[in-house]
Amino acid sequence: MSTGFPLVRPVGAAALLVELGDRIDAGINAQVIALDRTLAAAAPAGLVETVPSYASLLMTFDPLVTDGAALAAEALHLARTLPAPQGQACEHIVPICYDGPDLPAVAGRTGLTIDQVIAAHLAGDYRCYMYGFAPGYAYLGGVPEALQLPRKGSAERGHPVGSIIVAGAQCLITTLPMPTGWWVIGRTSLRVLDPLGERPFRFDPGDRIRFERVDPVAPDN
Amino acid sequence: MTASLHIENAGPLTSVQDGGRRGHMRFGVPASGPVDRFAFAAANAALGNAPGAALLEISAGGIALRCAGEALAFALCGGDFTAEIDGRSLGGWLVERLEPGQRLRIKGGAAGNWAYLAFSGRIDTDVWLGSQATHALSGLGGGILRPGAAIVVEDVRTGGQRPGPLPAIAASPIETARIVLGPQERFFAPASLEHLANTTFHAGAAFDRMGRKFEGPALPPLSLDMPSEPAVRGALQVDGAGQLTLLLADHQTIGGYPKIAVVVEIDIDRIAQLPAGAPLRFEILSQAEAIALMRRAAREEDLLKRIASRPDLDERLRTINLIDGMVDAGKPDSELPIP
Repeated sequence: MSTGFPLVRPVGAAALLVELGDRIDAGINAQVIALDRTLAAAAPAGLVETVPSYASLLMTFDPLVTDGAALAAEALHLARTLPAPQGQACEHIVPICYDGPDLPAVAGRTGLTIDQVIAAHLAGDYRCYMYGFAPGYAYLGGVPEALQLPRKGSAERGHPVGSIIVAGAQCLITTLPMPTGWWVIGRTSLRVLDPLGERPFRFDPGDRIRFERVDPVAPDN
Repeated sequence: MTASLHIENAGPLTSVQDGGRRGHMRFGVPASGPVDRFAFAAANAALGNAPGAALLEISAGGIALRCAGEALAFALCGGDFTAEIDGRSLGGWLVERLEPGQRLRIKGGAAGNWAYLAFSGRIDTDVWLGSQATHALSGLGGGILRPGAAIVVEDVRTGGQRPGPLPAIAASPIETARIVLGPQERFFAPASLEHLANTTFHAGAAFDRMGRKFEGPALPPLSLDMPSEPAVRGALQVDGAGQLTLLLADHQTIGGYPKIAVVVEIDIDRIAQLPAGAPLRFEILSQAEAIALMRRAAREEDLLKRIASRPDLDERLRTINLIDGMVDAGKPDSELPIP
């Protein structure tokens, strides 16, 4: 496996993948976000769309306007000369009610009490690394090690929108009632996806997220 | 001038689609839009609609609807799907007129998984992020069509669409799809890459708007230890068991499985239409070769549009000469002398 980052790989006839690293790491993701912002500020000719992920940035382009080689060279140059991060990351407060059906199972598997699970989750330092999987599915890294569990063996149905689910180092606020193999520890009234709102997606990749506990009797909406 | 179309029956994969929504993959939102872009474009072109106008995408199970309000014209394109008005079979790839009270039924045929039903008017539906394309998983956009629903068509145009069959497109199924290796081909043994290049795969029976599976030799990834990376329409994703899935219009924007290759855009439509069990081989191109192919296809399409819009004989003869020149040139990346 290659170790010399950044590097650029072709993706079909109309995209490139710029890799800044090969693991989930806040520093690497910060470089991804910095490259994304640099390209947004001064888009090379033919660039159509960029998609940040944990350690890489997808650049789609119009093959009638530019070719992969020219754009790859420009992306590599920009990735090697990234500006230092400027200003504070935007921080969001997410109210959470810890009444998820998997809370006892998470406690059992981690050897913690339910109160310790809650305290550990609240103590996490969360960063929105990327969106993926489905509209508004923001992957929030930063679940403390003591709480990290592998996914369940199979996906289970029926968890409402706004469920807060964890697996490994990741935490996620669901935006669709889809089956999940992640552990459901609570729910929130905050909607990351507000489809018809002025700001349909609440977070930007690179934002920080802090959870704040609210009373279990808090209304769902 | 308004018509309404009352859905009596609809297969589970029936939805409103337009040209798609761009620029939101960073928020987990793929472009959506038609699975078969060519058949979609043909249906709109047949009625003189705008190129990305909203229409109905139909799959297995077909659709049956009843017209109310104004009469209007419709176009049906895609696969071997056929239209039937009040039980009278009309065939496929056609333009026809639908009167109030008539019942239109679209049925699948021997080949093809996706058909496009356009109307001579503006389909009025929910819009999400500037587009009527339906993202099937969330139902956001124009919407999934279920029995009991009604589609309203505004600004109905009644003149100008001559009923009759459309020129049939080459119906032969695609046999070889052009691909560009990567971005994660390094996760595969040389033998797996060899299989990809030299073995015949078969289109699976399982498909939806997100993707289509392929059967063939297992190409097991050497490792699944990769941070999830962005995925595009056309990506050939390989799961832990080594099975290939072609990502389609409603693809996941991020995937945790390695993508061994990406199918060149212009070959995706025909793969999506392959019947289950149809053979398919992959031909590996460099990205530069794939870009040259896309440019050539775009130039040909542009020339065809120019031909269609020039009734003058002198002009037409000159354009035809240009086409001859292009075929002779044989060099995909050469600049054509477009007047």
